[in-house]
Amino acid sequence: MKCQHCEKTATFHITELTGPDGPAVMHLCEEHARDFFNQDGSTHPATALNKMLSKQLKLDKMSEELSAVDKKECPMCGITFAEFRKGGRLGCPYDYVAFEEDLEPLLINIHGGISHTGKLPSNQTGTPQRQFRIKQLKDEMKEAIEKEQYEAAGKLRDRIASIEQGELDDLDGETEPPDDDFQSNPTQPPSH
Amino acid sequence: MKFEQLAQQTGEWMRGNGPESDIVMSSRVRLARNLADFPFIRKCTPQDRSAIAANVRKAFEALPLGEETEYVDVAKLGDLDRQFLMERQLISHELSEAEGARAVVLDPQERFSVMVNEEDHLRLQVMQSGLDLKAAWKRMNDLDDILESKLTYAFTRQLGYLTACPTNVGTGLRISVMLHLPALVATKQIDKVFRAFTKINVAVRGLFGEGSQFMGDLYQVSNQMTLGKSEEQILERVSEVISRLIEYERKAREFLVEESRDDLHDHVSRALGILCTAKKISSEETMHYLSKVRMGVNMGLLESIPIPTVNKLFIQTQPAHLQKLCGHKLDVNARNTERANYLHQHLTDKDKSDPKRN
Repeated sequence: MKCQHCEKTATFHITELTGPDGPAVMHLCEEHARDFFNQDGSTHPATALNKMLSKQLKLDKMSEELSAVDKKECPMCGITFAEFRKGGRLGCPYDYVAFEEDLEPLLINIHGGISHTGKLPSNQTGTPQRQFRIKQLKDEMKEAIEKEQYEAAGKLRDRIASIEQGELDDLDGETEPPDDDFQSNPTQPPSH
Repeated sequence: MKFEQLAQQTGEWMRGNGPESDIVMSSRVRLARNLADFPFIRKCTPQDRSAIAANVRKAFEALPLGEETEYVDVAKLGDLDRQFLMERQLISHELSEAEGARAVVLDPQERFSVMVNEEDHLRLQVMQSGLDLKAAWKRMNDLDDILESKLTYAFTRQLGYLTACPTNVGTGLRISVMLHLPALVATKQIDKVFRAFTKINVAVRGLFGEGSQFMGDLYQVSNQMTLGKSEEQILERVSEVISRLIEYERKAREFLVEESRDDLHDHVSRALGILCTAKKISSEETMHYLSKVRMGVNMGLLESIPIPTVNKLFIQTQPAHLQKLCGHKLDVNARNTERANYLHQHLTDKDKSDPKRN
């Protein structure tokens, strides 16, 4: 069966139950189905952005890749890329790290560049990488407490406190997002 | 702060002076900022929102400007008060209609306001009468600096200040100039002019922001890009566009005079006549004729009405302002009558009280 709007094969068969004339059946190709689903909330201010995003993504990615991107989830706030696309708003500052490569084409499209050249805050402790590191350490501390490893938990607590008190290390946003063997304090032995 | 008192006064952006003020109503500079310790608004719990509001309030109280400024809990305001603040451009539609903890920090002279828990945790704005982007940016930068000493903002070196919507990331800066362009509208050149400008990434909105119509021939022109250029570069870019718009508007005004000074004089005088003598008038119609009167005064065709009065009437004839000024609620019908009374009183009294005419 062909798509109602073009010559491609219809892979989506949608029954719209809330249509003005009662239930309506539609046969759409992937691209037109995406357009159809993106119509939701067309009066929302984010719609223009959303359209730009869909267009951008369609141009750049094959549909399989696209759905893989949509499923990506921010480890800090839990928002998926699909949720962001739908609402046009990010969930937390760490999204800019978690979705870095997916946001890049969009940022180029909107701003023409991806390098900030303006003012920076005098207090440089507000990077999302730092926030994420604190979250990771807190999770580890919780786990240690559950396993009754109180000595390890105590060390983690001190580590968290020193980061929270503004200890400046390579958590300043220049480095890759921290991973498990991330070491920021050379005086401490590796944690594993 | 008593909003009834505020309704009487003319806020900074409506003073009607400053450079190019026959065409430029006001210059406005906005910064979007987010606290590093919290998720963006859409992922905030009610507790997060309250904590953000409390942090901002504490920061303001600790600052030297804290005593004069007023922290207004928007969640506790009624519909009329929220609409009133919107009409004065001190809060946005989004902040007015949102749910949960939200606030606005107000300067009593209305030279700045800070919205809390709008699209971003903080939306700082500075207003300046006439065209003076450099002065507005300087004041904005100073305010940002002192707030920054009390709050930790989310940022990366690569992307600058991080915002809930990627359209604001980087500088978080939106420079917005409100222009009165009646002659470009009258000569039907306005669409053509703005079509040319959208190609160079400048956004055009109506008086009350996104989605609002171009009432009273008032247009807000602002930058779209916030990342990759410094604040000063963005400012220069917007300044260039604005100077050209001013030049076009002046040429269109000259053209109208050359075409027929008498017709134009008749046109603006009739507009004033309707405003002075109508018994019932809608807000839209009022804006329509006030725009013509404003042009007439600025072109020396109408005498005896000071521009600040015209500017003030643009705002004071808005629905919430009328109700604040008369002290009670009015339905649409009663508002139209009250509005006509108000206009009559302010436009004809000025005639009599003008010492030059006595």
